[in-house]
Amino acid sequence: MTHTITADENERLQIRRIKNGTVIDHIDGGEALNVVKILGITGTTQEALSIATNVPSRDMGRKDIVKLTNRELSKEEVDRIALISPHATINIIRNFKVCEKKGVEIPTIIKGIVRCPNPGCISNTNEPIESKFRVLPKGLCCYYCDWVITKDLTSNII
Amino acid sequence: MATRHIISIGDFDRSGIDRLLDHAQQIDSKKYDRNALNGKILAVLFFEPSTRTRMSFESAIARLGGTSLSVGSVDACSIAKGETLADTIRVVSGYADAIVIRHPKEGAARLAAEFATVPVINAGDGAGQHPSQTLLDLYTIRQSMPIDKIDLALVGDLRYGRTAHSLASALSLYNARLHTLSPTGLELPDTLVNELTDKGMEIVNHESIEEMIGLVDVLYVTRIQRERFPDSASYFNVASSYRITPELLNEAKERLIVLHPLPRVDEIDPRVDESPHARYFEQSKNGVPVRMAMLMDVMQ
Repeated sequence: MTHTITADENERLQIRRIKNGTVIDHIDGGEALNVVKILGITGTTQEALSIATNVPSRDMGRKDIVKLTNRELSKEEVDRIALISPHATINIIRNFKVCEKKGVEIPTIIKGIVRCPNPGCISNTNEPIESKFRVLPKGLCCYYCDWVITKDLTSNII
Repeated sequence: MATRHIISIGDFDRSGIDRLLDHAQQIDSKKYDRNALNGKILAVLFFEPSTRTRMSFESAIARLGGTSLSVGSVDACSIAKGETLADTIRVVSGYADAIVIRHPKEGAARLAAEFATVPVINAGDGAGQHPSQTLLDLYTIRQSMPIDKIDLALVGDLRYGRTAHSLASALSLYNARLHTLSPTGLELPDTLVNELTDKGMEIVNHESIEEMIGLVDVLYVTRIQRERFPDSASYFNVASSYRITPELLNEAKERLIVLHPLPRVDEIDPRVDESPHARYFEQSKNGVPVRMAMLMDVMQ
């Protein structure tokens, strides 16, 4: 008898459950690596990090998942993700159980995540400031020089 | 009370602009206290060359009974030793009651306002904002006609010209119609065009100055910089096709006024200076009452 793997089973097969930490689910397909970049998780991170990309999903067609052991992400950290993946959900896991489940909210101001693409902007000099953007419906607007990023946000992530 | 800064024309709503221009008009008619800023010190922090803006701010503070401090040339100050602007601003805040800054980097004035403990006025930051110029441009228009619903033409380098950008943004508050004429590659940036049209502004692009001249109330001419062209021949070719001459003005509306933020090079024929349409020297002179109103606004 043949058995067809369902989307749910497929997801379970690809990444094991974690005991403690954070699971970021429903990331737009293909954006997981950018999510990791936005969260500042580098190759030298101490935590076990699992990434699944383009997992079949009933609701989204395909989605990415990031599992990070032994680290609970703060609300401010996860809200940054909303910039590239507004449907992501965050599950805080303690002893294999989901203790908190929350969506991401687009912040009104983002600091230090995105570099201003304007080479003439004061934020691209040695001044003791972080980059700062207002989040507007048309895109991200540099607080300093008013440059608006409307596309290709991920290439400007610091 | 929070420290008041003037960084961008976008920080003003229409009533804020009108109030400041009314105050400038009052000052212009000599109805003001000559000791309004007695004992106050204005730091004039210019990291780029300037003649009109700098001198008119210095004149403005002097006419209100205050004094000004400046660093002289940039080479002679600590920025040349590698000090950050943030540190310079913190230090200068201790020496003066307000700071006027011009800087080559966009957003420098906004940064200065973050670190200053006294009011900051932006006198031009790179290709960014120059609010005092816009206010005096509006003031000069208002001397001749109500600003509401005018047809204003921007002519010249509209890509890099900060005065043109700021003026266009301010005019969107007055239901003005914008006409543009610029060489290929020096058109208004798309982001600004989108912003203006989103605010309901009508923008008409023209191919020649002759087709436009009879339609407009204000001709705002900006300098076309020679360094934007690959060679002198192509510069002269473009510059001559945009030149404002007395013959061209024969086709203009009677109430048309010609403005230019100055310095001009080849854009306006010197014979136009005698024309009743010419207002650019008046415009330059208006820098003093408008900047006096700005200083009183932030320093009192």
